[in-house]
Amino acid sequence: MPVRELTMREALREALAEEMERDPSVFLLGEDIQDPMGGSYKVTLGLSTRFGTRRVRNAPISEAAIVGAGVGAAVTGSRPVVEVMYVDFLEIAMDQLVSQAAKIRYMSGGQVAVPLTVRCQGGPGRSAGPQHSQLLEAWFAHVPGLKVVVPSTPRDGKALLKAAIRDPDPVVFFEPNVLYNSRGPVPDPGADEVAPLGKADVKRPGRDVTVVTYGAMVAMALEAAERLAREDGVEAEVIDLRTVSPWDRETVLASFRKTRALVVAHQAVRQGGMGAEIAATVYEEALDEVDVEIARVGARFAPTPFAPELERYVVPGVEEIVAAARATLERAGRAGLLARR
Amino acid sequence: MSGVAFDPAWIVELYRRMVRIRAFEEKAAELYQKGALPGFLHSSVGQEAVPVGVCAWLERDDLITSTHRGHGHILAKGADPARMFLELYGSEEGYNRGKGGSMHIMDFSIGVLGANGIVGAGIPIAAGAGISLQNRGSDRVVACFFGDGAVTTGAFHEGVNMAAIWELPVVFVCENNQYAESTPHRTVDRAPDLTVRAQGYGIPGELVDGNDLFAVLEAAQRAVERARRGGGPTLLECRTYRWYGHYIGDPAVYRSDEEVASWKARDPLRRVAAWLLEQGALDEEGEARLRAEVEAEIEAAAEAGARGRRPAPESALEDVYAG
Repeated sequence: MPVRELTMREALREALAEEMERDPSVFLLGEDIQDPMGGSYKVTLGLSTRFGTRRVRNAPISEAAIVGAGVGAAVTGSRPVVEVMYVDFLEIAMDQLVSQAAKIRYMSGGQVAVPLTVRCQGGPGRSAGPQHSQLLEAWFAHVPGLKVVVPSTPRDGKALLKAAIRDPDPVVFFEPNVLYNSRGPVPDPGADEVAPLGKADVKRPGRDVTVVTYGAMVAMALEAAERLAREDGVEAEVIDLRTVSPWDRETVLASFRKTRALVVAHQAVRQGGMGAEIAATVYEEALDEVDVEIARVGARFAPTPFAPELERYVVPGVEEIVAAARATLERAGRAGLLARR
Repeated sequence: MSGVAFDPAWIVELYRRMVRIRAFEEKAAELYQKGALPGFLHSSVGQEAVPVGVCAWLERDDLITSTHRGHGHILAKGADPARMFLELYGSEEGYNRGKGGSMHIMDFSIGVLGANGIVGAGIPIAAGAGISLQNRGSDRVVACFFGDGAVTTGAFHEGVNMAAIWELPVVFVCENNQYAESTPHRTVDRAPDLTVRAQGYGIPGELVDGNDLFAVLEAAQRAVERARRGGGPTLLECRTYRWYGHYIGDPAVYRSDEEVASWKARDPLRRVAAWLLEQGALDEEGEARLRAEVEAEIEAAAEAGARGRRPAPESALEDVYAG
């Protein structure tokens, strides 16, 4: 098969177009998504021209109604894909997402499904400031009924977005802004590749330490793993969760039982983050079997500031992952051993 | 009181629906006060003309969204009172398998997209249902019920505006029962009535006597037909009153006995009954028989509710996800 390289932006656009082509009940709703603008980050560029303005609806600045209308459409036979321009703006639509979308199937006693996809983008790394840089996936992972997906590569972006649209449940789909221009191989459109939700992907196998991460931090974890290999002779296994909720316990636990050391890394705030959940789960599940060495990497407890050096101070990157892996192995008493390898 | 244009036999049927709502609410309140029903209970006694007058124009596959005070809407749309009581009791056989209760009754098979525990939340949902219908080229419509309390929410503004700009097939029905919990509506809204807001959204608005079934029927007919033929949404404000407090057990210290009495004197049921007697569509005996029939039906439904199968505790983990 010829290798095609696409950016994350192009891969996501292809996913939307293919699903709209495949299923007439799929439609898009969001701010500034029609041509010629084609979305604040151009993901939907060309789609209103191709599919018309009823299937690509330019919404007023009304986040509660955008998500709420998505809920109403989802329970009446449509498969809406709504776009909320920034992760931060989901806060304006919290009721519709948390008390409506997430609960209608349950509250109805299983009468209906809510096949709603909520796309939004954001995250740190661009000096976007405190109100345009948040990573709030842990909030939504706390809500039974929602699924939370964060892709890390163009290939996964496309295959996961297709899965989210076809999924019968509400999916919050977080697109890391810093990845929109990242390039990677993506199978041809005819391949119709769909990645299963709830399934992690081992992006780099390794025997010494497990690094669990997702989204923009996957590339950093891979870079950290290269450094550990080069400088310490340590082989890190990098697990990309892909679906943050419900997350793939089996893959994480199996890796931990192999490496006996775990680093959970995300750029979201450390306190109350997914790292806490994953670390606690591994601790509970694996406590009786092996020595437990676990470290968490996450943002310091401050809003994401504007100035680049302030932002970098708050938000972790490659350095912090390397340091956490080393500390974990040291605590496990394996640092010297590994250095002599 | 108008109503001359309506077939008295049809009005007898609508009157039966109003009596059914009242009987359901009174029975539910009685059971709640005896401690038989868990949770909260919000009664719509006094407001029966609005749901019946609006739903009179809806078919089975038209849609409604409802509120925490939703029993009336749901019954008017054709729900089974026994399954509603089963849900009020938290039975496995209730509409929501005991997972929703009074505030969340849903019946998608007859287009009831749900009562809703969050004030105003049904308004954007109704707009979204309208998008589904419009995208499919359907001539079905959505009736969106909400109270005066919802009018001050952001969801109201966003949802009505969205329906207006895309001419979605939605009829927005505000049941202005004068109080948002304990707060008089006039103290939180400077607009004299909702027609002013309708004008702001560029859609028709009507102020309706919500205790007059015929006034509701006439306004709702215009609004439903307009939505059905693709003319877009209408905003109806139906002025009415809830006889009980915000919830069953609320002593309603925020309103006077005189005020309550003045509204009870405008009982929407009595007004329809008087018209039917005047028209000769029912005599007093026939009216009493109708009430007795409905009360027996509701009594049987309540008994069925009490006998419902209790849910297995572990069923609490079912239906969190569909897949």
